[in-house]
Formats: sequence, structure tokens, C-alpha cells
Amino acid sequence: MNGFLANAVIYIIAAIICVPLAKRLGMGSVLGYLLAGILIGPYLLGFITNEGQGQDIMHATEFGVVMMLFLIGLELEPKNLWKIRDLIIRIGLSQVLVTALLVFCVGILIPIPWQISLAIALSMALSSTAIVLQSLKERNEMNSKLGKMSFGVLLMQDIAVIPILAILPLLVVASPDLTTAHTDDMHGLIESLPGWAQTLSIFAAIGIVVLLGRYGFGPLLNFVAKTRLRELFTASALLIVVGISYLMELVGLSPALGAFLAGVILANSPYRHALESDLEPFKGLLLGLFFMAVGSTINFSLIYKEASTVFTLTLGIILLKTLVLLVLGKVKKLHLTTNLKFAIGLSQVGEFSFVTYAFAQQLGIFEQSLTDTLMAVTALSMTISPVLMLVFDKFIIPMMSKNPETKEQKMDTFQEKNKVILIGFGHFGSTLGRFLRASGVEATILDSDPERIEYLRKMGFKVYFGDGTRAELLQSAGAEEASILISAIDNTEYSLKLVELCKQEFPHLEVMIRAKNRYDAFELMEKGVTNIYREHLDTSIKMGEDVLKKLGFRAHTVHRMAKQFHDYDEAALKVLINYKNNQDEYISKNRQQIEMQESLLSGELMRKFSVNDHTWDSDGIKEAEKKSK
Amino acid sequence: MRKILVLFAHPKYEHSEVNQAMIRSISELENVEIRDLYELYPDFNISIQQEQEALIQADVVIWHHPIYWYSCPPLLKQWIDLVLEFGWAYGPGGVYLKGKYLLNAITSGGSDLAYSKEGRNQHPIVDFLLPFEQTGKLCLMNYLAPFHVSGTFKITDSELEDQAKAYREFVLELRDSEQIDRPIRTNPLLK
Repeated sequence: MNGFLANAVIYIIAAIICVPLAKRLGMGSVLGYLLAGILIGPYLLGFITNEGQGQDIMHATEFGVVMMLFLIGLELEPKNLWKIRDLIIRIGLSQVLVTALLVFCVGILIPIPWQISLAIALSMALSSTAIVLQSLKERNEMNSKLGKMSFGVLLMQDIAVIPILAILPLLVVASPDLTTAHTDDMHGLIESLPGWAQTLSIFAAIGIVVLLGRYGFGPLLNFVAKTRLRELFTASALLIVVGISYLMELVGLSPALGAFLAGVILANSPYRHALESDLEPFKGLLLGLFFMAVGSTINFSLIYKEASTVFTLTLGIILLKTLVLLVLGKVKKLHLTTNLKFAIGLSQVGEFSFVTYAFAQQLGIFEQSLTDTLMAVTALSMTISPVLMLVFDKFIIPMMSKNPETKEQKMDTFQEKNKVILIGFGHFGSTLGRFLRASGVEATILDSDPERIEYLRKMGFKVYFGDGTRAELLQSAGAEEASILISAIDNTEYSLKLVELCKQEFPHLEVMIRAKNRYDAFELMEKGVTNIYREHLDTSIKMGEDVLKKLGFRAHTVHRMAKQFHDYDEAALKVLINYKNNQDEYISKNRQQIEMQESLLSGELMRKFSVNDHTWDSDGIKEAEKKSK
Repeated sequence: MRKILVLFAHPKYEHSEVNQAMIRSISELENVEIRDLYELYPDFNISIQQEQEALIQADVVIWHHPIYWYSCPPLLKQWIDLVLEFGWAYGPGGVYLKGKYLLNAITSGGSDLAYSKEGRNQHPIVDFLLPFEQTGKLCLMNYLAPFHVSGTFKITDSELEDQAKAYREFVLELRDSEQIDRPIRTNPLLK
């Protein structure tokens, strides 16, 4: 099987079959992708002929991890990042150092040369950002204490990548001639510079990212958004991520870290939700491919040949990492169940080790056979840890939760999600939004006019750019957590799309829609919308009230009449809709309704109040009194 | 010359010939302010500040309303609930109404006979005004005997004219007389 399209077809079919199956069986999508990879890999169906091909795909799709960190950064405002600094530094650093130290000691004891031990130890200390974060997101645990702890550790590991890549070349004391030959592709252009210049350029690169995030990306996105070409906006979003990655690679920093930084800086931007929704599919696709590639690189013939070694190593490293994490979790006073989840979740060896193995082999630290074994161990651990997690979730927790103490404590969420999503912040929406805010209800506001957003942001409203008829955008605006969605848009077709979307994707949302007139209201009613607000109805009746008062009608009488008229008009709508489809009948019925309205109104005047309302009317009593005489 | 504040509450004033005649007879009198509550607050959203300012100005407060189900219309009750605040009208520091005169000017469909021990309602009208009386006392006000136009179901035009005139005289007396002596419990009801 050759050719790009053929490969694409195979990958996609494998994913389409395996991932939903895995989900149905209660496994995460990560495991599904991994299994799909194993299935199409060289040892089962053989669609991918060798591990080398899998590795190529893996390297290409590692970019998904970069995007994921950018997206995570977007959800994390700087002040929230500051809040978890303790987690990142203390827990994260301890995990990396202690794990590396223990693995190093084991290596020395086996014994293998200390250089090799150290290279292995540093590589294996890291966990898989892709697997852990993807699983946490899928299980909606990013904002729990567990999620924050895991995230803190992973972030520290990403930072640790920088010194690890710097240390590896130093280990090649034995054959120094190899170092210069191969480090170029890892460290990029600045390798030839002296040490101080390298350090300086690293800081300069970070400075550029911060500056661009603060002052560059906003105007760029604003400019692009005004063209109203969506693909151009997506392209700009990609440019931001790819550009930063390139810059980071140039100075030898982790692209994921740079992307994360840019994401954090853009977290306060009005384009946050739009960026999220535009990049989300790319991230998903790349990560999916990445996991499949990992699955396909598992060298089963090697595992079969050296089954005992590979399995001992794999289980050993998983056990060791789990124990270290358990101790750290204990220090942070995690509850036993949460702690086990935390430890098992992070127990695999990460995708970054593939890079370090290759690097170490280039440097001449590792032999080919050692690299193969380690690759197998890593890929296997990445497959086993989600399985362990699944077993733990399905079987161990139910057993443990018989113990009444196993209730999980949740910490504050990273980002307070609002109960109300308000789409459209024109005259209608802004009045509504102001009223809600005056009553202490904050809404997540979406609008698609960049200039208006800019202005409103200056006025202190948190308005986001985006088209609300896209599921991903609503998702990132918090549609899962919200309970009410308001469309204040002056476009019924748009509102109809929105209603349809909410019905499919977010059926729990109470939808409240602005409608232009009776006819729009009919269409919305046919879609099953019950909360319809005809924009002119209240204002015109209010105006009528004032006219009547100026003509000398009593204020309270007019007030009651207006209310009755309003209710009558709403009720008439419900009757009229039944005749809408039959056009002839509709017209006559409509005419009939108008006549009814007229007769009702004049009736109110003639009878001194409405047909059914004799309130405060003493005529009846007077007549009765006369009769009784 | 005292300042008179008439707090008028009738949800269907345009259909009440009796109250129209009464209000007409006292409107445009000097130092008599009529606040038409149902016109001012059709949605029951009473401005407490404005009402309290009007109260401070007044020496005599008249709750002018028809009797519905042995009480006042709901907006006047709303007015009492909202405007007579704790710490302002009563309770510690609630001295702003102290010493002012207070009374009800009421109209009822039932006759004087109906409002008597022997009548359909089994009690004289003042018995039904007890909550208003006690409200006034709690606010340290002098609660006076009511001005009552009864039997409005059968009232004739000439009778109505007389009542309207009497109301005007009554208000003028409250405004101008040296002393007001009109205790609710000892005096017979004014016709």
C-alpha cells in the first residue's frame, strides 16, 4: 500500500473503526487511536510496512502536542498560572529529579555505564503530555485538583526538556567528534554561537513571543477578522502557532513551551474562543495521528524475542514512576483515590523520549539495539498506562468507593464559566447584557463585529469574537456548563441555525431567541422554541400606553390593558401557527384574529373593562340591588 | 394654615362618580396636595423617597379610598408597606410623622345601616378601620375619625352634591381651624 491518499484512507478508516469502539467500551480516545495504530502497524495487518514509517508520521504529528499546549495556554490566564506556580515548581521539579535519580541508580546497579544510565533516566522521567492531557480533557478533569497537579508536573517536564537536550551532548566524553556533527538539527542555528550569545538569544526569543502576544497578534487577528474570511482567520491562527514553534526551535527551546507561553498571553484576548475553535480540529487530527503512529511503532517482533526484558523494563518503569508520584501526591494531601489516578495517569514514558533516544543514538551514547528496546518500552508504557487507568476506573474505584470517605474534593476552576451565553451584542444584546450585569449575572458574550468588540472591551465588557453557529466555538465559550443561550441577533436564519445546533449538540441549553416579527416567530415555534421574543412587541405596546395616557386614560387601567393585549397577542400567535401551512386559511384566520383583537379592545372600552374582567365594576352590584328592591 | 396631603387610591377612578365628585370638590384648594397613587404608580413601583418627602411637608394626612372587602385597595396597602419604613416612620429614630394628623376618607357601597351591629356587616365602619388606626398610632400620629360617604350604590345626584360639598368643608376645616378635635372612639360618626 503506497501513496499519500491510500495511506490517508487506511489511517482514517482505522481511526473511524477503533476510536468509537474504544469510546463505547469506556476507554478514552487515546487508547482507541493507539489500538488503531497497532492494528494497521507492521505486525498485525501490515498496512504500515515498518516502524520507520510510523516514526516519520510520529515526528510530523508531534506538532499536535504543540497545538495542544497553545490551546491549554489559551484557557489559562496569567494570574491563574501564577496560582499554580507552587505545583509546577515543587511537585513538578521533584518528580523529574527523583524519578531520574532512581532510574539512574537502577541503571548503575544493573550495571550499565553511567552516561547511558543518565540519558535513559532523564528521558524516562518525562510523561506523555499528549496522553495525559487528552485523557484529562476527555474526562472533564482539567479543572479538578487532579487535573491541576498533573498539569503542573507536565509543564515542569516541558521546561525540563531544555536542560536535558543541553546535557545529552556533554555525556559523549568518549567520542567528542560525534557531537558537532549531529546536534545541528536539534539545536538549530544558534549552536555555533558562544554560550552567552545562546543564552541571550533564548531570552530574546521569549521576549519576542511575549511582545508579539501582547501587541502583535491582537492587531493581526483584528485586521484579518475584518476581512470576514474565515479561512484567513484559521490561517492566521496556524501562523501564530507555527511561527512560534519555528522561533523556539531556532533557539533550541521546546516549541510546546513557546506555544504554551503565547497561549497564556492570548488568554485575555477577545479572539480567544475563535482561536480555540479554529485550532481544535487541527490539534485533534494531529494528536490522533500521533497516537496511531505511536501504536504502529511498537516492535512486536522485538517484544516477542525479548519478552521478559521488555516487559520487566516497562512494568518496572511504570511502577517506579507511579510510586514517586504517589509519594508526591501524598505530600500534597491528595485523597487516596485521586492520588492513585494522578500517579497512574502520569506513569508512562512520554513521547519526548522518542526524540531523546534518537538524539542519544546520533550522539553515539546508545546502540541501535538499546534504542529499539527503549522505544518498545516507551510505546508499550504509553499503551499500558491508559489500560491501567481504565482498569482502575472501572474496577478498582467502584470497589474503593464502598468506603464512604472516598469523596473527591474539587478545587476552584481555572476559569469561571458563566451560566449564560449571549450571542450578538448590538443594541438589543447590549441592553440585555447591561441589565443582566446590573443584576449581578455575568454572561459570556459573543459577537462577530471586530470594531464593536474593541469598543466594548474598552468599556469593560468581556466580549469575544466569533460566529455562534459553530459547535466548537460554543463549546469553548462554555456551552457544556452554561444553562441558558440567548440569541440577540437580528437575523432569523442565523437564529434558526443556532437552534438546530443547540438541539443536536447541547440539548441541555435553554434557548431564548430574539425574533423580528410574527413570521419569524412561527418558524422558531416550528423548531420547538418556546422562548421567543418579538423585538417590536413590548416597545410598541409601551408607546401605545403612553399615547393613551396622554389622551387622558388612567395609568393603571392602561397598564392592565397593555398587559392583557400583550398576553392576547402571544396567545393569538399560538392559534395562528396551526393555520400557517394552509395559506388561504391562514389569511382568513389572520384577518379573523385581527378582528378578534379589535373587538376585544373596543369591548374593553365599551364594557369599561375587558369581557372577562369585571374588576372594580360596581354596575352589576347596582343592578342586583335594584332588582332586589 | 395646615398643609393637607390627600393620598388617593382608586383603581378604577374613571368609573367612580362619587370619588370624582369628591376629588373635584377639593382640588385646586390652597395647601391641599392630592397624590393620585394609581396614576403615579400604575405598576405598583412606588417611589419611597418622593412619598416620604410629601409626608414630611404635610400636617394632615388623608388616606382617601373606597372600601373594598372591608379594607383599602391594594396599592394603598403597598404604599403603607413600603413608605412607612422602620427607623423612619416608627421604631428607633422613626419620628418623622410624630404629631401629624391622620384619617381615612372612605366611600362604601353599603349604607350606614349595613355597617352597624344589626346590619349585614355586623360592625360599625370604625371597627374595620382598626388596622389603619393602629398603624397611625405606631407612627405616633393623631388618628382621627373618618370621613365616610356610605350607600354609594344608591346615591342620588343631589345627595352626591351635598357629600362633595361636605368633604370640601371638612378639608377646609382641617386646614384652617385653630384646633382639631375629632377623636375616633368618642365622637359619633360624621354623616
